[in-house]
Amino acid sequence: MRLVLILVAGLLFGAGLVLAGMTDPAKVIGFLDVTGEWDPSLAFVMGGAVMSFGLGQLVLRKRDARPFGRALPDTSADPLSTRMMAGSAIFGIGWGLAGFCPGPALANLAVLRTEALVFLGPMVLGMVTAQRLLKLDAP
Amino acid sequence: MNAYLSPLLGGLLIGLGSLLAMAASGKIPGISGVVAKTLRPTPGDTAWRAVFLIGLVAGAGLLFALGLGHTGFNLPGGRGLAVVGIAGWLVGFGARVGGGCTSGHGVCGMGSGARDAIVYTLIFMAAAAVVVLLWRLLIEGRAA
Repeated sequence: MRLVLILVAGLLFGAGLVLAGMTDPAKVIGFLDVTGEWDPSLAFVMGGAVMSFGLGQLVLRKRDARPFGRALPDTSADPLSTRMMAGSAIFGIGWGLAGFCPGPALANLAVLRTEALVFLGPMVLGMVTAQRLLKLDAP
Repeated sequence: MNAYLSPLLGGLLIGLGSLLAMAASGKIPGISGVVAKTLRPTPGDTAWRAVFLIGLVAGAGLLFALGLGHTGFNLPGGRGLAVVGIAGWLVGFGARVGGGCTSGHGVCGMGSGARDAIVYTLIFMAAAAVVVLLWRLLIEGRAA
């Protein structure tokens, strides 16, 4: 039952990415090109996602609800970390280079897009490298 | 569909999917973390991650097949496959070192009002915008 819900969650997420236009690097790069011909439409994607996630988690937390028998994870802020700021900057450089972040790249796997395959292989390598280097226990 | 309505609806679905995944798993379902931990399985904490990713690909595939949403695809500005590969490595490496990606820090973190996630999101958005600007100026040679 739990896995069926998770499958539905994944379906919603994947459908949302295509509906939003996140799967098209040209849209993403147009959104990031704030000093050029800026395409603000993807701001509505982040806005909508933060809104539905934010309101939903607020309601669940206020009622201390465990609709599926599990406590919600701790999402409160940690102190800022220099390492994570540097990592985020590296992530951003990659995102700006090709207009792909992990979710949309996976979504493009559905149509076996060459660019998605070429992106995802090195992405996994980069993850493995980071985990080896920082001895992260797959956090 | 309207140029802003469709992105907004897509965003609402992304947030809803993240919320449902979080409530059902008890974990923060950021895509980069989900991928990384699926690759390093731990008993009892891997099946849901794999199922979530399968759902993501299937949900996207369904819309592509039905021709719904924004199904276009274009890699602009003369970006070739070599650049895509390098970008992939940086995204994977950076997301792990940075502790999250657009969904983990962006949707779940900012959606929870976590100040650190807001800072990390602003950093990667700013870095991405600078790279897009530099690419346009230096590689494409376009001022705007």
